[in-house]
Amino acid sequence: MRRLRIGEPSELDLLAMACLAPSLLYVLVLFVYPFLYGIYLSVRPMKVPGFSLANYIAFFTDQYQYKTVGITFRLAVPNTIVVVAASLLFAYNMRRGIWLERTVTTILVLPISLGVILLSQGILGFYGGKGWFNQMLLGLGLLEDPLVLTHNFTGVMLSLFMQQFPFCFLMLLGYISGIDPSIENSARTLGANPWTVFRRVMLPLIAPGLAIAFALVFVMSFATFPSAILLGQPTGATRTIAIAAYAQAFEQFDMSYASAIAVIMGLFQLAGLLIILLLRKRMVMAATMGVGKR
Amino acid sequence: MKETIDSLRFRITKRFGTKTVLRDFALEIRGKQFVTFLGPSGCGKSTALNIIAGLIPATDGEVWIDEKRIDHLPPEKRGFGMVFQNYALFPHMTVFGNIAFGLQLQRRPAEEIRRRVQEMLELVQLPGFEDRYPGQLSGGQQQRIAIARALVLQPRLLLLDEPLSNLDAKLRIEMRAEIKRLHSSLDLTSIYVTHDQVEALSLSDWVVVMRDGLLIQAGTPQEIHDQPVNVFVADFMGFRNFFQVRVAGLGPNREVEGDCDGMKIRGRTRHTFAPGAPAVAAIRPDDVVVGGDAAAPNPWRGSVEIVEYLGREDEAIVRLEAGGRLWVRTGARVAPGEHVTVVLPPDRVIFLPAEESGGRA
Repeated sequence: MRRLRIGEPSELDLLAMACLAPSLLYVLVLFVYPFLYGIYLSVRPMKVPGFSLANYIAFFTDQYQYKTVGITFRLAVPNTIVVVAASLLFAYNMRRGIWLERTVTTILVLPISLGVILLSQGILGFYGGKGWFNQMLLGLGLLEDPLVLTHNFTGVMLSLFMQQFPFCFLMLLGYISGIDPSIENSARTLGANPWTVFRRVMLPLIAPGLAIAFALVFVMSFATFPSAILLGQPTGATRTIAIAAYAQAFEQFDMSYASAIAVIMGLFQLAGLLIILLLRKRMVMAATMGVGKR
Repeated sequence: MKETIDSLRFRITKRFGTKTVLRDFALEIRGKQFVTFLGPSGCGKSTALNIIAGLIPATDGEVWIDEKRIDHLPPEKRGFGMVFQNYALFPHMTVFGNIAFGLQLQRRPAEEIRRRVQEMLELVQLPGFEDRYPGQLSGGQQQRIAIARALVLQPRLLLLDEPLSNLDAKLRIEMRAEIKRLHSSLDLTSIYVTHDQVEALSLSDWVVVMRDGLLIQAGTPQEIHDQPVNVFVADFMGFRNFFQVRVAGLGPNREVEGDCDGMKIRGRTRHTFAPGAPAVAAIRPDDVVVGGDAAAPNPWRGSVEIVEYLGREDEAIVRLEAGGRLWVRTGARVAPGEHVTVVLPPDRVIFLPAEESGGRA
């Protein structure tokens, strides 16, 4: 085959470009432009003429604002860990199929189809002060006073877990059940017990899928908005960074400041993703080094 | 320090839901033998191997090694080596890591591990491949590494689950010889699962033919090849021509004469038939003599229908004047439409019991 030099036009290139154009246009119009426009807006503050980082400075000097970063991390990080860990536990144990698999999977996945609002209403009703959950515990005499599980941090965590677990579980189940069973069978016949198989063989193979799960759940949790409003305290304990941006945009009508907060949020999400990717690299390396040449 | 076994005995029944995959499949295998489970897909041969390995629980039955019952042991406690059809190497480990895996789990000293991995790589003729990853190896190389990985632990029993099925024809023959060499040079006891009768015949001391979870025939390759017990085994062993006959007469030395739609056919049998009983006469395509002497026993006439060129020989279908078709394989060139005399040498025709169902006739 003829080797193409860089910059050399050819029929193939033109065809490829033509095929690429619609999707490229789509990305440019619907993602790149709004994204860049948001960045542009964020450095054109309402109160200061010309380009300025005033919005960013304002955010990081106002405790009421910068505290939202901490709150969001405190929600997103534990939630991500709990969701991914629970999904891994279920998915790993269901990798070879289980009894009544379809039914179990349907039940686990059902919340995903209901939408956040209905789910939140359900959680409010069930876990609320007068909800069945508390009534049951009170009735059994296990509690003196009802547990406060909604309109606080716990409420948001519950809601996030229920929204994200099905999605994360399905993703990991697909990933794990795609691994050739004879790989773990061969490890067993070579003398590895189930735990060693998981640690030395399966975990390194699952690691890439696990990293993607961590990344997606983290980004979704970090951007949490409806749950934090419906089940949390949107003015206090669960005032996440998304709520801060919303308040600036639609309560203070300061689009510029709101854009700056959105950009800050994006940067933190990006930082989170980078950390996850670095951890993944280390995890895979550790697993392979443990069995490599010594 | 190498452990050897004197015998492996088992009796296994396996049901998946309502489907019975193995029905009282029982066998005793002596040490240092090479035993093959042979059968079409779905006959239960792989399931049997996995149950012996401990990877699948049996529904009912026992597995004994010498005087010890082992069917309650998990696979990691059985000390068997296993080789899989799709190699099943650990993709995230190097060749060294793969072979060393079992030794590392036994907490062997690093020096010993290095030495034994080296020895294994030389044994499978891949020295210097330590640092490659499985993805960088060809199928044949991967299967050699998989064999090395199983053998490095000096298993008392080696289980091979269709290890050559994923390789191309040329490599398959090479690896077949390799497996035979390793088996005899290492004094192994091996169980080999395959659907390929050539592999089974060429490798084994003992062949076990299975169908629908049942043991149909067990014996030396020669017995299975020359004296199949029924139509199913015969079909599997390369008998392509089957004729429904009625037994017309029985002679001395297991000779038998059959009546096939008015045509006489003579052959031999190891079964006992009553005169007039239905039977199946069978012959391999390469045992049919094309253009033979019309005065010889079992001479039939027909015309050549289809010819397949196979290099040294032709394989052809002859439409018989008396009705029916005959597969032949001959060095004499034939052409479609040609009228030929075909002779079925009586010592090559075997008479088998007629089957009510199953098999081909």
